[in-house]
Amino acid sequence: MIHFVVHEEGDGVGVVVVEGVKSGQALNGWIMEDDKDLEVAAKNDIPIGHKIALRDYKPGDTVIKYGIDIGKVVQPIRKGEHLHVHNVKTKRW
Amino acid sequence: MNLAKASFWGYKRENGRVGVRNHVVILPVDDLSNAAAQAVENNVKGTMALPHPYGRLQFGADLDLHFRTLIGAGSNPNVAAVVVICIEDTWARKVADGIRATGKPVAYFGIEQHGDHDTIMRASKAAREYLQWASELRREERPLKDLWVSTKCGESDTTSGCGANPTVGNAFDKMYPHGVTMVFGETTELTGGEHLVAARCRNEEVRKKFQFVFDRYQQVIERHKTSDLMDSQPTKGNIEGGLTTIEEKALGNIQKIGRKCLVDGVLDKAEAPTGPGLWFMDSSSAAAEMVTLCAAAGFAVHLFPTGQGNVIGNPILPVIKLSANPRTVRTMSEHIDVDVSGLLRKELTPDQAGDKLLECMFRTANGRLTAAEALGHREFVLTRLYESA
Repeated sequence: MIHFVVHEEGDGVGVVVVEGVKSGQALNGWIMEDDKDLEVAAKNDIPIGHKIALRDYKPGDTVIKYGIDIGKVVQPIRKGEHLHVHNVKTKRW
Repeated sequence: MNLAKASFWGYKRENGRVGVRNHVVILPVDDLSNAAAQAVENNVKGTMALPHPYGRLQFGADLDLHFRTLIGAGSNPNVAAVVVICIEDTWARKVADGIRATGKPVAYFGIEQHGDHDTIMRASKAAREYLQWASELRREERPLKDLWVSTKCGESDTTSGCGANPTVGNAFDKMYPHGVTMVFGETTELTGGEHLVAARCRNEEVRKKFQFVFDRYQQVIERHKTSDLMDSQPTKGNIEGGLTTIEEKALGNIQKIGRKCLVDGVLDKAEAPTGPGLWFMDSSSAAAEMVTLCAAAGFAVHLFPTGQGNVIGNPILPVIKLSANPRTVRTMSEHIDVDVSGLLRKELTPDQAGDKLLECMFRTANGRLTAAEALGHREFVLTRLYESA
């Protein structure tokens, strides 16, 4: 079962594609572009559609998705944690 | 799906354009004429009024856009004939003349010096004649290249970028070599991925024009913003769906133009393209505004990917909705025409998802009602550029 998908190798986030992911759950990921699998343990409950961090981040780091910059980290994030508006912000506007 | 010999059944109009619907439209030029237009719609069953809140004391480029949108909507090949109603005779005639250039039947009525009752009576007589005339028009088989296809996504979430939007991209890549006329837009919603669109422009001239309209829209945001737009762009629905920044939303958005299509030209709002290929329309990213502008530019069928479940429709332009979010497909099934959630379970390949969408597009073009049509979603929303005089 695929719990999260990653657009391409090197992306720092995955997208949870099933409902009800719980903290501590072992998750199966699928890198769509490269058709590879990976596993990450969730460190938070993560709603469907929301992102899971695939690496550790510190404030000021850039988050890469689709191989491209999608914003800056404003709070420390550990691999497996929920990555969203509480810890990442736009670099535009 | 091999599209080399693909065809659909449509209504060939007087100017050669081909429509997939056969509406008789009652078109108010201004807010004051909505009541009469809706009365005519009520009198003549099967006609359709397009009420809207604008048209008084607009001026300059904003007024030009108003006329271009109304004339474009009436000229759309999904429309067989039009009855125009305006408080003033002069502007009624101006809009009617614009639509008449297509060769389709148009009548116009000014309310002043007549009142609603007399106007409604005369307009109803014209509408009844048009409706019965249009009811005898027949569909004919036409090549795929005669179909104009628009796209815009809404209430996107992260599944849009990895499922529904790439499905539109797959369909666009398949249609592009066959001379189909296609459009995308949402100028500010490319923010963070604008370089990707610029790199896809056919030549330097197109690239410069794209960059100019993109930069201009950024200046609008910078001039008026009071925050980082986290209440508007991404929307609350986007954020609820897991999208974090405008950059992330934009990169998902851009998946809709596939991987092979080039951007062949840049259009102003509601401007009709002048040839086949993929066009970028400088436009709002608000769903109903953008889809209305596509209808006004003459597009006949619309592909609308959604994540969280935007329920939009358009009175003239059939809006086909697709989603890859399994929760949305389950909880809002009455709004979704094409379920591509299998993409995220490896049960559907991108190629199969694209074909599934194209199959629904052909069925819709041939006459099958979309979910939005069945549910009566007729959002006709005019874009305004600034205050009235």
